Amino acid sequence: MKILLFGITKDIIGSSQLDLDLPADVNTVGGLKDLLKVRYAGLSALRSLAVAVDNEYAEDGQALSPSAEVALIPPVSGG
Amino acid sequence: MLVDIVEEIDLQGALKCLGTGSTGGIDIFVGTVRDNANGKKVSRLEFEAYVPMALKEMRAIAARASKIWQLEEVVIQHVVGIRMVGEPVVLTAASAPHRDAAFEACRFLIDELKKTVPIWKKEYYDDGSIWVNAHP
Repeated sequence: MKILLFGITKDIIGSSQLDLDLPADVNTVGGLKDLLKVRYAGLSALRSLAVAVDNEYAEDGQALSPSAEVALIPPVSGG
Repeated sequence: MLVDIVEEIDLQGALKCLGTGSTGGIDIFVGTVRDNANGKKVSRLEFEAYVPMALKEMRAIAARASKIWQLEEVVIQHVVGIRMVGEPVVLTAASAPHRDAAFEACRFLIDELKKTVPIWKKEYYDDGSIWVNAHP
């Protein structure tokens, strides 16, 4: 699964994109967030971390599909 | 509706869009780079955007404003890249037959943009930089 990274998540993970082999037991947005927070401890220190699926904010319970465009959304600060 | 991630804030382009025949009032907000934050001197800001999602969110915000208020036109522009002190970075605007709706909608547009649009700002000081609002 390809995950687009923005803002501080790029600094934490060290790249603008993460190619992840999703374990078989991770199939929701919430599961993905938990996995990433374990692998990249810096993500837990953030004020918030949202996930976007196909350009829309996704709830934790949302299922992940392998063809979806997934992005990590750290706290926004536009404007 | 004119919603865009831009190289430069385009005030004239915005006015052209906003000034319809039925418009009696136009309210425009422009956000600029301030020279200080949290007691420190800011030299510049850097903006990054998840462009397709930012445009989608900006359009959704414009659509919500148009549902709440009787508006003629809505404009939202945001820059990406580096901006120096004093430079404009965002423009939100609404036009309406009467000014109450224009004032209220314009405020709504920038307030909502700051809450949900996937754009990130990095503040640069003399001694480093931070992604704004990233940590509690």
